Amino acid sequence: MSNKRRIILFLPLIVFLGMGIFLYKGLFLNPEQLESALEGKPIPAFQLEKLENQGEVLTEKDLVGKVALMNVWATWCPSCKYEHPFLMRLARQNIVPVYGINYRDERGPAIMELAREGDPYALNIYDKDGRLGLDLGVYGAPETFIIDHKGIIRYRHAGPVDQRVWTDTLLPMVQQLQAEAKKDGAA
Amino acid sequence: MRSILKMVSAAALALTLAGGALATPIDTYEFQNPDNQKRAITLASELRCPQCQNQNLVDSNSPVARDLRLEVYKMVDDGKTDDEIVDFMTTRYGEFVLYKPKFEYKTLVLWGGPVALFLIGLTIVFMFVRRQRGNVTKEVALSEEDQRQLDELLKRNQQK
Amino acid sequence: MIPELGHFSLIIGLAFAVLLASVPLIGAARKDQYLVRYAWPLSYGMAFFILLSVIALAYSFATDDFSVAYVAGHSNSQLPIFFKIAAVWGGHEGSLLFWVFSLSAWAAAVAMFSKGLEEIFTARVLSILAMIIIGFTLFMILTSSPFERLLPVPAEGRDLNPMLQDVGLIFHPPMLYLGYVGFAVSFAFAIAALMSGRLDSAWARWSRPWTLAAWVFLTGGISLGSWWAYYELGWGGWWFWDPVENASFMPWLIGTALLHSVIVTEKRGAFRNWTVLLSIFAFSLSLLGTFIVRSGVLTSVHSFAADPSRGMFILLLLGLAIGGSLTLFALRASEMASPARFELNSKETFLLVCNVLLTVSCGTVLLGTLYPLLIDALNMGKISVGPPYFNSVFVPIALVLFVFMGFGPISRWKKSKLGEIRRQALIPAIIAAVVGLAMPFLIDGQFNAWVVAGIATATWVTLMTLRAAYNIVKPRADADVSLARITRSQAGMLLAHMGIAMSIVGATMVSNYSLEKSVRMGPGISHELAGYTFKYTETKTVQGPNYVAKQGQVEVYKDDKMLTLLKPDRRQYTVHTMDMTEAGIDWGFTRDLYVTMGDPVSATEFAVRLNYKPYVRWIWIGSIFMMIGGIFAASDKRYRVRQSAKENAVDAKAATA
Repeated sequence: MSNKRRIILFLPLIVFLGMGIFLYKGLFLNPEQLESALEGKPIPAFQLEKLENQGEVLTEKDLVGKVALMNVWATWCPSCKYEHPFLMRLARQNIVPVYGINYRDERGPAIMELAREGDPYALNIYDKDGRLGLDLGVYGAPETFIIDHKGIIRYRHAGPVDQRVWTDTLLPMVQQLQAEAKKDGAA
Repeated sequence: MRSILKMVSAAALALTLAGGALATPIDTYEFQNPDNQKRAITLASELRCPQCQNQNLVDSNSPVARDLRLEVYKMVDDGKTDDEIVDFMTTRYGEFVLYKPKFEYKTLVLWGGPVALFLIGLTIVFMFVRRQRGNVTKEVALSEEDQRQLDELLKRNQQK
Repeated sequence: MIPELGHFSLIIGLAFAVLLASVPLIGAARKDQYLVRYAWPLSYGMAFFILLSVIALAYSFATDDFSVAYVAGHSNSQLPIFFKIAAVWGGHEGSLLFWVFSLSAWAAAVAMFSKGLEEIFTARVLSILAMIIIGFTLFMILTSSPFERLLPVPAEGRDLNPMLQDVGLIFHPPMLYLGYVGFAVSFAFAIAALMSGRLDSAWARWSRPWTLAAWVFLTGGISLGSWWAYYELGWGGWWFWDPVENASFMPWLIGTALLHSVIVTEKRGAFRNWTVLLSIFAFSLSLLGTFIVRSGVLTSVHSFAADPSRGMFILLLLGLAIGGSLTLFALRASEMASPARFELNSKETFLLVCNVLLTVSCGTVLLGTLYPLLIDALNMGKISVGPPYFNSVFVPIALVLFVFMGFGPISRWKKSKLGEIRRQALIPAIIAAVVGLAMPFLIDGQFNAWVVAGIATATWVTLMTLRAAYNIVKPRADADVSLARITRSQAGMLLAHMGIAMSIVGATMVSNYSLEKSVRMGPGISHELAGYTFKYTETKTVQGPNYVAKQGQVEVYKDDKMLTLLKPDRRQYTVHTMDMTEAGIDWGFTRDLYVTMGDPVSATEFAVRLNYKPYVRWIWIGSIFMMIGGIFAASDKRYRVRQSAKENAVDAKAATA
């Protein structure tokens, strides 16, 4: 048998080893962690009422100007209750404002819950029909977006925010964006 | 112990999530005409629900799937084209929601692969058959011993 | 106590497996007949202790021993007894135990029914099977033991997932596992042949009935799963191209190729390396399927709870088994050029083309299944590959395959005469084209290329199969027409090919002509679909053993005559607090009527979906034909060879020498 033919016999092994590398890498990926399609895009336009005040209409412009978090939450969402104490702590630290999007919820119970558990939000948008949620590509609550001072969405975290997510992922990004904002402000 | 508790609660959480998604969704959405209905359902079944395990918008009962499905239905009734609707979905939820990935550089292998495999396969068959046929006269002498052994083996097995 | 015994007996089984994997091989190396013969008692012992372990788990389920974590997680005292038993394989740990048990049962069967083979060869096969069993038993004992206890003991179990509480699901997983694992036997035969350097016709003949048996189980497992999804999930779909379905379909495709390639190796001594490679592929894909289901690398509706450490372990096993066997293949594959020669126009060529097309279609499914993972691993984002992709690439390849499939049975070994083939194929080809082209016009008057292609190829395969049958039974110079001339393996081929044709018809019709309608229905409301009138009369409340259901009563009329009363229901399971729909189905040979209950839309009305599914049953009737065909072929007289003890000894000497 020629050497050439021997090499052909090794082909299946080589293909398998190549596949094995990807399968190995696959073990460390989370297929359910989706990055937002809106990263790098501005906050979608909206006109929605403020949660606490029916008469006051908020638009995307009200969220522009500062690096901030947008937190999608609802009273029906158990994981939101889990992350709520952490958001409270975050609000007290005064690092970054948190804008709430009250997603597919009832106004009364939502206001009551905030009154009872504390209100970490600088602003709260009442997205009853989930239209803003849809435009943001929200697929479940809670989700947290980071926006920069120009109102561009830079990152989306799906699932509850806790200390680990905050120190590992969100805080470094917020600090970097705040530094960028400062530079822009100086210029 | 703590890890067991954690596992149990994680499993329970996973189940409550799955719970909603299991029962069949049936919407009584009234389409303007049967053609729209057909197009809308075909389109919605080619879009993936971003929240669920692996289900399309038509089969999934999760709230997001319901919203998106009805959005697709409405857009079809509004006369939007398939491309416009697909664009609407991908700008919000990314290419992840397309069950039929677009043809682009990163899906080159995905779409080109089957065609390439097909052609390579048939070429190999053709070349193999041609070559071994062409060799008939040349190699018969070489394999005579093999043939004899083989016949013997076969014969012995048949006798058993 | 009993669960500990189960655990203990699993460990004893493992010990037997370790001995089985080493002693006979040492014997073979030292030419020690005595050690080689240990393979038999060791195989039986291994199977026995693993069986004991399964029985212990089943006993824990039957007696509601919720101190066992696995039982507490998958059963409930309210659960009917047969579901309790079926719950043994209802979750990750138990199904793994069942997997290992199936493999040990196959090993025992090989030991029992291979008396006609060379002793040393069979002993090698058994050792290889034992190695696989060692891997998976270690996996189970180290990462996922079904016998783990739970403290404090819960008063009640969390119940079996209601989705799995169904007859179809009692039999679907065991059959699937028997199929998956059965390919381990073909694999072990191939590896034993590589080890002994004897890639000959005899090896192919020994391997063939085992391959057929595995294929029959896998066919059964897949079609049961598809049938179950059809009636239980309430979507009326029968194939979703979900990663886990693909994981079972890929070994089936390769297994089908293997069945045919092994024939050529047996009869003509050709394609030996290819047959070995397919044996390795079929089992590798079964292992890959296990990895996909249990590691969570791909999102699927079916996945067990994902756990990276488990994934790592299976990947390691995968690497050892597949990497090892492919290395052995590369080093030891036959250097002998194939002794048998054949012309371009011959049975060998047609079988080879079909083989390659099956492999290409499997490669396509593999590519589509793993592509999202590939893109994600390369950091290029997340994409999905789903039914529209698979349908558009798989179906065309399959259609080409069906065309070649028609030629196989009528062609001759070595060399067919072109004229003869043309003469036999011309009329079937014309009829197939006419029937195919006419069909869409007869049904709804609209041209539909998929229907034309599907019906034409199905007709073509049917006619060519009949022609092949005629060729066998037709009067000859020395004999009259005789059905007795059909051997069992020919009968098997004919039945299985007819089955394929039936499944093509079913799949084509139901994919193109299904009708559906979602409507509000309540007492007194009627709707019409496909010429049938559905009349909702009332809603009943039904109390099941572990659920409460709202059941709609839907009368179906055709031409003012009542056909049947359908009772779709919507169940609420008490423990799982999960809603499940149970469709009401009126099954028929040419169509199913399928009614599903949705959410209530008012005090008395429900959202109801009406489905008309033409020829859907043909898909599964076809697979029953395929299975019967496989059973026929596997039971062919030629495989029940017996060897006298004397010859055995001679063989063994010859092989060890």
